[in-house]
Amino acid sequence: MIAAPRKLPAPWVLRTFVVLILLLVWEIAGRHGSQLLFSPLSKVLTSGLQIFAEAEVLEALKTTAWILVVGFVLSVAIGLVLGLTVSMSRFTYQTFLPVLLLLYAIPQITVLPLFVLYFGSGPASKVAFGVSHGMFPIAVSVIAGVQGIKPLLVTSAISMGASRWQIFRRITLPYLTPSLFTGMRLASTATLLGVLLAELYVSAGGIGHLTRRFGENFQPDKLYALIAALSLMAILINETMRMLERRYSRWL
Amino acid sequence: MSGASSAGQALTLRLSKSQKRLSLLVKIGVLVALLAIWHLVTVDEFVSPFFLPKPDEVLRVFFNIIVTGQAWPDLKVTLFEFALAGPIAVIAGGAVGFLISLTRYGTRAFEPIVSSVYAIPIIIFYPVSVMALGIGPESKIAHGALFGFFPMCLSTIQGFSRVDPLYIRLAHSTGASKSQLFWRIMLPAAAPTILTGVRLGLMLSFLAIIGGETIASLEGIGHRIVWYAEGMQTGNMFAYIVFVIMVAVLMNTALSFLEIRRGRQ
Repeated sequence: MIAAPRKLPAPWVLRTFVVLILLLVWEIAGRHGSQLLFSPLSKVLTSGLQIFAEAEVLEALKTTAWILVVGFVLSVAIGLVLGLTVSMSRFTYQTFLPVLLLLYAIPQITVLPLFVLYFGSGPASKVAFGVSHGMFPIAVSVIAGVQGIKPLLVTSAISMGASRWQIFRRITLPYLTPSLFTGMRLASTATLLGVLLAELYVSAGGIGHLTRRFGENFQPDKLYALIAALSLMAILINETMRMLERRYSRWL
Repeated sequence: MSGASSAGQALTLRLSKSQKRLSLLVKIGVLVALLAIWHLVTVDEFVSPFFLPKPDEVLRVFFNIIVTGQAWPDLKVTLFEFALAGPIAVIAGGAVGFLISLTRYGTRAFEPIVSSVYAIPIIIFYPVSVMALGIGPESKIAHGALFGFFPMCLSTIQGFSRVDPLYIRLAHSTGASKSQLFWRIMLPAAAPTILTGVRLGLMLSFLAIIGGETIASLEGIGHRIVWYAEGMQTGNMFAYIVFVIMVAVLMNTALSFLEIRRGRQ
């Protein structure tokens, strides 16, 4: 709105400064608050971070990471197939898009107990619930990407005698890439949310369950260490996906 | 995302009349087929009613819920939590977003923080809420407010910071005061994006409350679904799921309506 006056530090300097202030507030508040509920940053860093040496925590991290990867890959595969099927023709688009959006409008959290009923309390229900969160953003992005392709490109390809496969390979696929990556970024956060929700709900294994237990046992240092690690992981995944998204949409 | 523009394009790609009729038939056909399959596999208990109750039973229980008002005590708790969490999320998110977007410098410094934090699944903070505030409504209110805060904050920043600079220059050159600039230029130009944030923030806050009730609670409609699931009363569970979905869809429709109407002005 208002042009920045000169002599201000670069935005990232202020940003870092504010983050440091927030960490300082955490430290001070943690020292003065109830030790049952709060834990200062220094204690989280020293005693809390030790949980990552515990076999149980490592096991939980491995379980969740594995579930997340399987869920994400399945989300991409199913979302891509759904998206391409819906955008196959004008007819399929107008017929199946409303059905897809209707399903997308259902808040998945309400059917979480159903997933457990059908897939059990093991990894299967968590993968499935993650996929139920991840596949829709991919499908919708793919559909939007295909719809965004200029009809002129397709028409000229047809007039030059391109086959259906050639149109798909040379036009649809390359033009789809940027929106596919946008979809994949949204899906990675959504899948993580779905998997953690299922893990928090079903009391068996995984990071979600572990955070719940640390909370119920009033072990704030461990709880905050785990949450901090998870948050960093989520931010890292998102930034990586954002980078890929930029990298693959540069050619347009 | 280019959802709106692609929808606009789809409108120009009209189907012929016979294709339209076929499309509608297929749409209805899909729904009827799903219901028929549901009926067929449950009618002779080919699939145990414990896994999949009969559709007519679900419908009967659902109408029973509506007519007797037996869901009201739980719905009241959830709506009470939402009535506090939703406005907190919208007001706090809007205020912080507004302060950040006051200067371009602030936007450049702080928008990355907000958008990074937005990528964190806020659900992992729920155990903290429960630990600090207990299993009652307080933890759901805190969780719902936190969940809705970030989309609202981010939309407010984006709304205000992406106002066409030409409008602002125009206002300055016509000698508009600061309050005129805000009320006549900034707010109307930012309103569509902010209203999207209001809808997203309120919806996410509501779903976060349901999620909190599902994970750890003693009351509320999210808890009721789990209660029936754990009691193996699948028919009741299905009916409550349908009920909660309808409440959520109704809420979303009402908010979308508001968003579109206000955004157009």
